Amino acid sequence: MPTKTKYELKQGAATREAFGKVLVELGRSNPAVVVLDADLSKSTYTAGFAKEFPARFIECGIAEANMMAIGAGLASSGKIPFASSFSVFAMNKGFEQLRVTAAFPNVNLKVVGTHSGISIGEDGPSQMSIEDLSLACSLPGFTVICPADEIATVKLVKAAAEQVGPVFIRAGRLKVPVIYEAGQDFTIGKAIQLTEGRDVTLIATGLMVAESIRAAETLEAEGISARVIDMHTIRPLDREAIERAARETGAMVVSEEHLVDGGLGVRVAQVIAETQPVPMEFVGIQNTYAESATPEELLDKYGLVARDVAAAARRVVKRKR
Amino acid sequence: MRTTQDVTELAAITKRMRREVIQMITEAKSGHPGGSLSAAEIIVTLFFDVMRHDPANPKWPDRDRFILSKGHCCPILYAVMAECGYCPKDQLNTLRKLGSIYQGHPDVRFLPALEASTGSLGEGLSLGLGMGIGARLDGRKSRTYVMLGDGESQEGQIWESAMFGGFHKIDNVVAIVDYNQIQLDGFVKDIMALDPLAEKWRSFGWHAIEVYGHDIAALKNAFGEAASVKGKPTCIIAHTIKGKGVSFMENNPKFHGTAPTREECEKALQELA
Repeated sequence: MPTKTKYELKQGAATREAFGKVLVELGRSNPAVVVLDADLSKSTYTAGFAKEFPARFIECGIAEANMMAIGAGLASSGKIPFASSFSVFAMNKGFEQLRVTAAFPNVNLKVVGTHSGISIGEDGPSQMSIEDLSLACSLPGFTVICPADEIATVKLVKAAAEQVGPVFIRAGRLKVPVIYEAGQDFTIGKAIQLTEGRDVTLIATGLMVAESIRAAETLEAEGISARVIDMHTIRPLDREAIERAARETGAMVVSEEHLVDGGLGVRVAQVIAETQPVPMEFVGIQNTYAESATPEELLDKYGLVARDVAAAARRVVKRKR
Repeated sequence: MRTTQDVTELAAITKRMRREVIQMITEAKSGHPGGSLSAAEIIVTLFFDVMRHDPANPKWPDRDRFILSKGHCCPILYAVMAECGYCPKDQLNTLRKLGSIYQGHPDVRFLPALEASTGSLGEGLSLGLGMGIGARLDGRKSRTYVMLGDGESQEGQIWESAMFGGFHKIDNVVAIVDYNQIQLDGFVKDIMALDPLAEKWRSFGWHAIEVYGHDIAALKNAFGEAASVKGKPTCIIAHTIKGKGVSFMENNPKFHGTAPTREECEKALQELA
């Protein structure tokens, strides 16, 4: 699909809502799909599935560790379980069970963490998952996906259901701009280039993709041509797209609503170091926990808006020789 | 494989399995003999009498399943599975060695006939309950048996899964607690006592049966009773003796996780002759 030059970025649904919607579709098309939730189905949007398929919805109560291993048991008996909770509870409380009962025996469990990042807002840092990508990527064999909008979520959740093996999908609470047309194809592990660009590449995941598109527009006006890439799959990483972007643009900014430590940025940097070293800058949460406020205030305060991506791009372009 | 309902024959198989356990762990020079020996009658009775399974068709969807949640006691499971024909007997003495299918804790990557990879305590009952729901959704007759350790029952996840199983009335799952009273650091009663254990399980919505875990006839009855209980899962609390069958290992915390020496092995094998 050719890249567009202008994105409207109209407000769309939250990726968690899109997840809830596609789960119902999957439930209709595949009787093996079962859903587990830990008393958050109204927030994770698995409630729609629960309503239509009560027998295939397994309420686990507030016990995420148990839920993950129950899910692994269901996967071992031929089901395609989607276990869902807030990302911080799914990944942090369920981590040991995901390690031993899902990753290590490589079972077909799908984990969907909603309310990821700091854009959950007022609930504050105990509910904010800022290390889930790092944790998920430390589970060998797990595919790790972070969709940027509702279209991406629908397509990638379907792709995850079709793929055999453990998957973690990161979704958000906040309504996010629509980037994609309904006909966009998504392949797990294949990044999508959203704009052409010669001077710098802006790699992003999740809600930072729209911010990177906005940053590219600002940069364009300043005469900096920025290539925007949606890295919707954190693992396996699209090494080829990263290497080509580094070769063709010579500088790179990676943005994520996640701790800079252990997130997408460091994983991209590894590929860059191994293939085509170029100057890099990283936009993300810096070695701290956030606080209560509106999502917009938090994204602004913690440096996760287009302004921050553009500033990083200007810095990295200056570092080019 | 040849199954049997005969108590004398099951006892004879159990004794042979104990000998295998001693030899395997001696050869490996590390491992957990005590909890393998305490679980021997239970696992033999399940595999040779109670469970519907077929070593020639290990992935038969309607099979009954066994999960060794106290994964460190895998030598007895390996010995029994080999005796059933799931895996080679002549490799049992490769336990814990590089490339062996008989890993230090159960690992489905190396031995696909296992139902689960275990070893991190507290997780097997959740897995078994997931399998139980799977069978119920599909209308399969398959039942799932999960063996827990007593020390393992100190893990919080055991009680999350107990609450879950009782609430969801998963009556095709049976938990068996190998209540041998000893864990790594000493006696359970001194580390984190569990009693009243049967009352705990009942209060979580389970049918609980207490039985002497070395009495094969009593175990057969308990498994029969569990199968007849509808609307709730069953927990069989099997009172056992750690290190059962070898005088110097019985009730001796040392043999929770210490391999016998060559001399101790010889002596144990004489006692198990």
